[in-house]
Amino acid sequence: MRARRMTHVLITATAAGSLLAACSGAGGSSSDGGDGKSINVLMVGNPQMEDIAKLTKSTFTKDTGIKVNFTILPENELRDKVTQDIATQAGQYDVATVGAYEVPVWQENGWLHEMGTYADKDSAFDKGDLLKPMVQSLSAADGKLYALPFYGESSMLMYNKDVMTAKGITVPERPTWQEIADIAAKVDGAKPGMKGICLRGLPGWGELGAPLTTMVNTFGGTWFTKDWKAQVNSPEFKKATNFYVDLVKNHGEVGAPQAGFTECLNAMSQEKVAMWYDATSAAGSLEDAKSSKIAGKVGYAYAPVVETKSSGWLWTWAWAMPKTTKNADAASKFMLWASSKKYEQLVGEKLGWARVPSGKRASTYEIPEYKTAAAAFGDITLNSIQEANPTNPGVQPRPTVGVQFVAVPEFQDLGTKVTQEISAAIAGQTSVDKALNDGQKLAEEVAKKHQ
Amino acid sequence: MTALTERPKKGAPPSVRPQPPTGVSKWRRRVPLLPALIFTIIVTQLPFVATLVISTFQWNILKPGERHFVGLSNFSFVFTDERLRTAVLNTIVLTASVVLISVVLGLGLAMLLDRRFVGRGLARTLLIAPFLVMPVAAALLWKHAIYNPDYGLLNGTLNAVYRFFGADNGPTVDWISSYPMSAVVLSLVWQWTPFMMLILLAGLQAQPGDVLEAARMDGASALATFRFITLPHLRQYLELGILLGTIYVVQTFDAVYTITQGGPGKQTTNLPYEIYLTMFRKYEYGEAAAAGVVVVLGSIVIATFALRTIASLFREEVSR
Repeated sequence: MRARRMTHVLITATAAGSLLAACSGAGGSSSDGGDGKSINVLMVGNPQMEDIAKLTKSTFTKDTGIKVNFTILPENELRDKVTQDIATQAGQYDVATVGAYEVPVWQENGWLHEMGTYADKDSAFDKGDLLKPMVQSLSAADGKLYALPFYGESSMLMYNKDVMTAKGITVPERPTWQEIADIAAKVDGAKPGMKGICLRGLPGWGELGAPLTTMVNTFGGTWFTKDWKAQVNSPEFKKATNFYVDLVKNHGEVGAPQAGFTECLNAMSQEKVAMWYDATSAAGSLEDAKSSKIAGKVGYAYAPVVETKSSGWLWTWAWAMPKTTKNADAASKFMLWASSKKYEQLVGEKLGWARVPSGKRASTYEIPEYKTAAAAFGDITLNSIQEANPTNPGVQPRPTVGVQFVAVPEFQDLGTKVTQEISAAIAGQTSVDKALNDGQKLAEEVAKKHQ
Repeated sequence: MTALTERPKKGAPPSVRPQPPTGVSKWRRRVPLLPALIFTIIVTQLPFVATLVISTFQWNILKPGERHFVGLSNFSFVFTDERLRTAVLNTIVLTASVVLISVVLGLGLAMLLDRRFVGRGLARTLLIAPFLVMPVAAALLWKHAIYNPDYGLLNGTLNAVYRFFGADNGPTVDWISSYPMSAVVLSLVWQWTPFMMLILLAGLQAQPGDVLEAARMDGASALATFRFITLPHLRQYLELGILLGTIYVVQTFDAVYTITQGGPGKQTTNLPYEIYLTMFRKYEYGEAAAAGVVVVLGSIVIATFALRTIASLFREEVSR
């Protein structure tokens, strides 16, 4: 009932929304009428966003007189809502957080304001300080910047130092996947119920799809060639996927087909696994003594590789301004402030340096207080982000920008469905070959639309 | 449907109106109701019409320039797509097993509760509780507290039993991955058994005591009484439970989304979840709408049967 009703309601709402938009012209209708005194911001419900919601009134609003109304939603709902709002030109929001995946796709549809010019005009913003991969992943084919990064992350390997010491194992700073698989076999069972490594097995292009694609990249595979030939059942893709699936099956966390970021974080911090390959932003949680048994005992290494020099992914949550906004000036002021050095300083002083929205500016890593707070993982995080190359993450040229995703509208669906099958292979319900051959058919359909 | 509306009239008392109302007075009576009627049409029928219209479009909201009319090709996609066929099959398996198992369990519990014993009220309240838990909360509870291979109740119990017999640790079974459909079915059975129990308990308590007493006097065994008297009496209650249950369980979303995400692979992807994926991962509104229309038509067929059953229940009450 709920699901169907929800579908109905949304379809109707969308239909109604697009009708309204058609009536009111391309500009849409903003509830505030564009007086520039108040803006609506839609954000993903991550801790960094909750921090800014707390800090805005006493600082930004006080200084500029611009009132900011925040709407905070979990990631999936945010994506649904922001896509509906922008696609139907409803114009409810002046600013929305978007990820590296959305920017190129939406820009192509002409949904986003160009932001580079705003950033250039504000000398205090120091656009040149933004990390290059961040700028690249938020730029469109025309080379212009369409969103301002709020924080960024790459991926890395995290391990339990106690377990490694007890077994006499040294984890290389730049390991290969084979080395990691060997270590996983050795530390499997190091403590009662402890597994070798946690790798996501939960379906979803942003769950299992993310670490798997970095592995495919470094094994020499790709989803598509530069001229849009689907490569999902190519030997390299197969080799990488088999390696991933075997590693999880043999030495991975229990309940792997249901384990996503959250489950792995839990398994790692409760000493149920000895290693974990995932987002650099996980370090903050692992080092939090309140929730983690291994705070202070975590070692960090770069994303394991095979054929490439580095293999970390690249993700950023960034501020974008829909074209439908009538408060462009006020909205841009807020966006520039939220991504500024000044804001990082504010968070550090008021809430603690570990909570600074990091990973987007080189200067963050020169702040002495931040350096101390992130001593264990700061350097690897920064280097991993800088080494990530969103335009050329593998061994061959790509058709789109993006490390762990293909920036076309169809990828959400393709990635979800292929990872569903791979998750089934991890569960032992199907074979990798069958999963990838089915995936190849889906990928060919997508390729056809872009050739 | 015509038989449905005509038949109850036969038993109804004859009209007491002295004369048929004239055109003006007819409208005088109708006008105050019109806003409600219009409101009902707007909130129930317009969305469906909109869905019908959208189902004839090729419409991906991420490609604003490419929306166009495609006639019935979305429907042909719905009927030929392998994923959707799997989803239909899964929906049938899921619904049938949940409804049948919960009817059988519900019947057993209703029979037990039909007897008088100390604490019956408390037992009844506790048994109803699962039905009152929000579906998402129930699904989360099953996923984490019961099925989780690390800290779930099932493996915990297994381990405890193994340890009791001297072993180190029991086997670590990943319930959700190994038995995905059963895992979803079990959690839904837990939720729906109380519903069946309530309906069947009402049926049992409506059983005429004199008939049962007569059977006892005639020396019928408990089994024979149940088979030849109670079960026929319960037939309509059973039908009602099965049909209402079917209508709701067909639309299960929370359990699938939360416990298995439709997986592994598409082993537990049912129609609502597949439509959700079409809508929010693929953003193909036309396809999602077409699939939605097909589900609605299917549900209408089931609902028609349900309404007939309810109507026959009422008829029986009147004729009694």
